[in-house]
Amino acid sequence: MALSGIQIYKMLPQTNCKDCGFPTCLAFAMKLAAKQVELEDCPHVSEESKKELAESAAPPIRLVELKAGQHEVRAGNEVVLFRHEKTFYNKPGVFVRVRDTDGATAIADKVEAAASYAVDYVGMELRLDGIAIEASSRDPETFSAAAAAVREVTGLPVILVADDPEVLGAALPALDGEKPLILSADSDNWEGMAELATQHGAAMGVRGSTLDELAELTEKIKEKGVEDMVLYPAADNMSRSLILHTQIRRLALKNFRSLGYPTIAFAGNGNDPGKTSVRAAQAISKYAGFVVVDSFAPELVYPLLVLRENIYTDPQKPIQVQPALYEINNPKPTDPVLVTTNFSITYFSVANEVEGSGLPAWLLVSDAEGMSVLTAWAAGKFDAERIAKGVQQFGVAEKVDRKVIVLPGHVAVLSGELEEELPQWEVMVGPREAVDLPAYMKSVLA
Amino acid sequence: MPVEIPKDKWAGAVKTVTLGATADDGGTRASKVVIGGEQTLPFMHFESPSLHRPVIGLEIRSSRPDDWSPLLLETWRDVIDDPAAWAHACEEAGADFIELMFLLKDGDGNPVSPDFAVTVVKSVLEATGLPLIVLGPGQAEVDNEILVPVAEATKGERVVLGLCEDKNYRTIVAAAMANGHLVLGRTPMDVNLAKQLNILITDMGLPLDRIVMDPTTGALGYGIEYGYSVMERLRLAALQGDAMTQLPLLVHPGFEAWKAKESKVGEGVPEAWGDWAKRAVHWETLTATALIEAGADAVVLRHPESLRRVRNVIDELMTLPEPA
Ligand code: B12
Ligand code: SF4
Repeated sequence: MALSGIQIYKMLPQTNCKDCGFPTCLAFAMKLAAKQVELEDCPHVSEESKKELAESAAPPIRLVELKAGQHEVRAGNEVVLFRHEKTFYNKPGVFVRVRDTDGATAIADKVEAAASYAVDYVGMELRLDGIAIEASSRDPETFSAAAAAVREVTGLPVILVADDPEVLGAALPALDGEKPLILSADSDNWEGMAELATQHGAAMGVRGSTLDELAELTEKIKEKGVEDMVLYPAADNMSRSLILHTQIRRLALKNFRSLGYPTIAFAGNGNDPGKTSVRAAQAISKYAGFVVVDSFAPELVYPLLVLRENIYTDPQKPIQVQPALYEINNPKPTDPVLVTTNFSITYFSVANEVEGSGLPAWLLVSDAEGMSVLTAWAAGKFDAERIAKGVQQFGVAEKVDRKVIVLPGHVAVLSGELEEELPQWEVMVGPREAVDLPAYMKSVLA
Repeated sequence: MPVEIPKDKWAGAVKTVTLGATADDGGTRASKVVIGGEQTLPFMHFESPSLHRPVIGLEIRSSRPDDWSPLLLETWRDVIDDPAAWAHACEEAGADFIELMFLLKDGDGNPVSPDFAVTVVKSVLEATGLPLIVLGPGQAEVDNEILVPVAEATKGERVVLGLCEDKNYRTIVAAAMANGHLVLGRTPMDVNLAKQLNILITDMGLPLDRIVMDPTTGALGYGIEYGYSVMERLRLAALQGDAMTQLPLLVHPGFEAWKAKESKVGEGVPEAWGDWAKRAVHWETLTATALIEAGADAVVLRHPESLRRVRNVIDELMTLPEPA
C-alpha cells in the first residue's frame, strides 16, 4: 500500500535543509506521497530508507514475465478484485501440458497443434501462450529429451513441472537464454529449486495447499534472492481453488507481501474436456495469472480464449472499430451499401457474413460510440441523422451510382426518417440477424 | 507462517425465494426449489456457508421453435412438438425446474389463445413434478392475455410468471398476487434499472420474496462481460444492504449461447472453431459457469449435456471446507 506523507516523513533526514526545493522535509514528504515529486530530488535520504520506500511503491502483485525468444507472457500487476472497479490488465497465459512419458511423436504432434493454433475473434488473432512439460517419468534423461522435443517444434515459453530439482535441472539446458517457469517448490525441495531458479534466471512456482504454507515458502525463497515467484495453490476441487485464489488476491491487494505474486491453476488432471473447460474458465475469471490445460482441441481452446478476452476487456472502453466506409469483396459503384455500428462484435458479425458470402458490398460503419445496433439506437447514438452524417463524411454518394442503402432489421423504425435525410436514396430494411444477410443479398439485392 | 485470513462481514443478505408448491403448501409439485439466502459473495463458504445451491432449469417452448440450432432440434427430436413430453424429458435429464416460453403462434400457425395456453400449462404440470416458470412471447398484449388465465388456472402452484419489464408489469404482478405466484423481472444490464423495476413491483404490494430478477446477460463472445459485471455489482449492492437488489438472480445462458453463431452453425465456419457439437456445449457451459461464479442463483439452459456439466460445477463449488 502506498505510504502516507507522515510515514514517508519519518524516513527522511528531517533537517529541513531545503535542497529539494521545499521549505521542510514534511512538505516534500507530502508531495512524494501524492507522487508529484521523485525521491531522487532529496540528495540526503539514507540507503535504507530508499530501499524501504521503493518496496512500498512496488505493485501489490509482482509482475512476472516468462520469456522465450521474442515471446513474452506476463502475469501480475493487477489492482482490483472486480473488473468493474477498474479493469484486469494481464490476460492469464494459457499453456497446454504434455507429459515426458507421452513419447516424442505424441509430444511433437500435440505441441505442433497447440503452437500453430490461431483463431480470429472480432479482428484479433487469439493464440495459446506456451507449453507445460511435466516430468511424469521422474527421470532426468526422459525429461530433458521431452524438453528438447518441444524445442524442436516451437519457440513458445515453457513451464517445467517436476518435484525433484535434479530431474528439473536436466531440462534447463534445452532452454538456454530463456526465462521459463519452474514448478514446483514445496517445503521439501525448495532450496534445490531456488538454486536452479537463480542459476538459470527462471521464475519459480511455489506450491502449497494452505496460505500459511505458501507464505512461509515465499519468505524463505525470497531470502535466497529469488524475486519472481508464482503461487500454485493446490486444491482438489473448484470450491477450494476458488477460495484460495480469492483469498490470495484479497490479501495481495491489502499489501500482504508474502502472497503478492501471480497464481497458476491446473485445469484438471486428465483428459475430460468437460471438466477441463469449466476449471480453466474459473481460473480465467477468478484471478489466475497462468492456466494449464491438459487437452488441446480447437473447440475447447477457442471458447477459453474468447472468455479471456471478454473478462479482460476494459469496462470503460467497449472494443470498437473505426467508423468508415469499408469495402468488402471489392465492391463496384453498382453494389449496395449496408449500414451498421462501430461496436466490434457488431461490425465483425456483419463483415464476416458478407465476406463469407463472396458478394461485394459497401459497409458504412456509423459512429455509434462503440455500441451494438439496439443499444446504440436506445441510447440515441444510431439514428437517421448520424447515418446521413456518415454518408456525407465518408463521401459515399461519390463512390456508388446505385443509391441503395440497407438498414439492420432491428432498426426498421429508422427507415422513414432516413428517407427524409437521404431523399436521393432508396432505403431498404435488411434481416434482423447477420447470418441471414447472404441469403437476403442473393434474393433481394441481386 | 500463520496468515490471518480477512473475512468480509456484510450488512445485508439476499432474500430466500421458493419456486413451486408441494401438496403441503397447497400445490401439486413433487419438489420445490429454494434459492437465494446468500450472506456473502458466491461460494465464499469460509465466511458464511451457502444455504442454497444454484439451480438449473431447462427451457421448453409451447410448440416447435423455428429458430433453434439444428443440434437442439436433434437432441429433443422425439418430444419437441409436445410440451408435456418435453417437460418430462427435461425432468429425466435432471433439471431442477422447467421454463416454458410461449411462442406467438401455436403448432398449427394460429395465434396463441388463452385456452391453448391454459391447456399447455396444465399438461406440463401433469407431466412433471418440477416447479415451473411460464413466459409469454414477449409482446405485452399477448403476454397479458395468456398469463392471466394461466395464473388463475394454476392458483397456489407458486409458478413464476414473466417477463415483467418496465413497460409491462402491472397485469402480470396483479395476476401473481391474486393467485399465489411469483414474477420474473427483466431489465437490460443495468443496476439502477433493476432496482427501479423491483421498486415498481413491490409498490404494487407483491412481497420481495416472490420476485426473481433477470438482469439480462450476453453470451460468451457476445457481451458476457457486461452481464457478468452487472451481476457482480448487483450482488455487492445487496450485501451492502440495498434492499431493492436483495433478490435471487436468474439468467439465460442457454438462450444467449445458442443464439451465437458458434453454437448455431456447423458449416462454413473457421476450422479453428473445432467440432461443432462439442463447441456448442462448451459455449453454453462456459457462459453458465462464469455467470454462476458472478452470482447467478438460477440458470436456464437448453442442452442436457450442458446441464450435466454445470451440475458438476455446482456440486464442486458447494463442497464445504473441512472443519479446521
Ligand atoms: C450488451 C448490451 C448492452 C451493453 C452495451 C454493449 C455495447 N457496447 O453496445 C450495455 C450494458 C452498456 C447496454 C446499455 C444499454 N442498453 Co443494452 N443491451 C445489450 C444486449 C444484452 C446485447 C447487445 C449486443 O451486444 N448484441 C450483439 C450485437 C452483435 O448485436 P447487434 O449489434 O444487434 O448486431 C446484430 C444484428 O443487429 C445484425 N446487424 C447488425 N448490423 C447489421 C446491418 C445490416 C444491414 C443487417 C441486415 C443486419 C445487421 O447482425 C448482428 C448479429 O446478428 C441487448 C439485449 C440482447 N440480448 O440482445 C441489450 C439491449 C440492446 N439494450 C437495451 C437498452 C434499453 C439499453 C440502455 C438504454 C438501458 C440502460 N441500461 O440504460 C443502455 C443504453 C446505453 C447507454 N445509454 O449507455 C435494449 C434495447 C431495447 C430496444 N429495443 O430499444 C436491449 C435490446 C435489451 C432489452 N431487451 O431491453 N446494453
Ligand atoms: S532535501 Fe531532503 S532533507 Fe532537505 S528538506 Fe528536502 S527532504 Fe528534507
